[in-house]
Amino acid sequence: MSLAGLFLITFLVVHLTINILILFDDTRELFNQAAHFMLTNPLIQTFQWVLFAGFIIHIILGFVLQIQNWIARPMRYERKGFSETSYFSKFMIHTGVIVLIFLGLHFANFFFKVKFGPIEMIAYESGVYKDVGALVVALFKDIWYVIFYIISLLLLGFHLQHGFQSAFQSLGLNHKTYTPAIKLIGNIYSVLVTAGYLAIPIVIYFFK
Amino acid sequence: MDLTLRIWRQASAESKGQFVDYQVQNISADASFLEMLDILNESLVMKGEEPVAFDHDCREGICGACSLYINGRPHGPDRGITTCQMHMRNFKDGETIVIEPWRAKPFPVIKDLMVDRTAFDEIIQAGGFITVRTGGTLPDANALPIPRAAAEDAMDAASCIGCGACVAACKNASAMLFVAAKVSQFALLPQGRPEARERVQNMVAKMDELGFGNCTNTYACEAECPKEISVSHIARMNREFFGAKLSAPLKKE
Repeated sequence: MSLAGLFLITFLVVHLTINILILFDDTRELFNQAAHFMLTNPLIQTFQWVLFAGFIIHIILGFVLQIQNWIARPMRYERKGFSETSYFSKFMIHTGVIVLIFLGLHFANFFFKVKFGPIEMIAYESGVYKDVGALVVALFKDIWYVIFYIISLLLLGFHLQHGFQSAFQSLGLNHKTYTPAIKLIGNIYSVLVTAGYLAIPIVIYFFK
Repeated sequence: MDLTLRIWRQASAESKGQFVDYQVQNISADASFLEMLDILNESLVMKGEEPVAFDHDCREGICGACSLYINGRPHGPDRGITTCQMHMRNFKDGETIVIEPWRAKPFPVIKDLMVDRTAFDEIIQAGGFITVRTGGTLPDANALPIPRAAAEDAMDAASCIGCGACVAACKNASAMLFVAAKVSQFALLPQGRPEARERVQNMVAKMDELGFGNCTNTYACEAECPKEISVSHIARMNREFFGAKLSAPLKKE
């Protein structure tokens, strides 16, 4: 769970780095070039199977753990507990499921279209690429998609805020100085990553 | 002060329970919570009703017998104490207090607010000890020089009284803090080291087998533990567990 989670945490940074390129030029050349690289590089193409495995392991373990945890308390309390806890830790299954629904939509709307669908080509001085950027812009001009995207990504941010530090605790790392540092880095990471992802639909919807 | 008590009543392990409301009057703010329940029970006995069953023994916070999930928190609203150490000054006049038993599959209700915590004994039996006989002919444990930091840390873990508040507080009904405290107190001391690998694996296996939930690091256990045992012991147990899984087992005779 923790190892798969940390793996996905690093993946999110790579994914964001490429996404954000779309904001840097109006011709979408940078982004389309990066997308072309991701779609054609053999190393990336091989590694994407490892990535799928990471997702599947994390998702399946998440459900298994949650079901076991529900079974462990067959009778609920009348008065809900309000012990001092890591707040978002209470909602990992809820935020996780919304992110999973988003992931499904993201695959149907974007990933499969880019991989297998007919995509218009666009020519730059550097070469001719699939115009993946145009698909992104089209999606982010739809207000409902933008709203759903923003909600999902905010919930992903909450998921990460707990998950980041939780992964280290599960792996046995708990230290007087390092643990507060990990928590701080986790908070900074989840805010920056979420803000980065959210900036893209907002800028495209309002300014492109 | 006058209070409304909303208490879980269940005649036996097999019967179906329900909440019953009781009124208590003229309770002193200096009374302990269990004294308040004693007053209620006396009035019930006078009326010829069945008194409320709850666990208690030493009434000074060291035996681990008392429990009670009070207004959404194990051992009530105060920090770092057991139910028996809590006083009525923590409540307001006219307040409704909801009192429930620990809720977890491995802790079935025996009667009213009493639960069966044999599951914890079973975890201890799975490895929460050292196999050499102590006392008598062995050299005194205090004769072994132990670094102060390790002794302190082991003592903190050993302050666990096995009350089960960690399980009750955890949204997953996980027993990780209890098991971690027991694993830690031995793992930190030279007497416990030789059997540390077997101990952690056996105790964790027993904990899972008994049906306790999984740890998702919410840290509610640490917040509610009457002995304020740190979740750093859970991390130590995780380290011990991974280490034990990766290393060769001891030879069995």
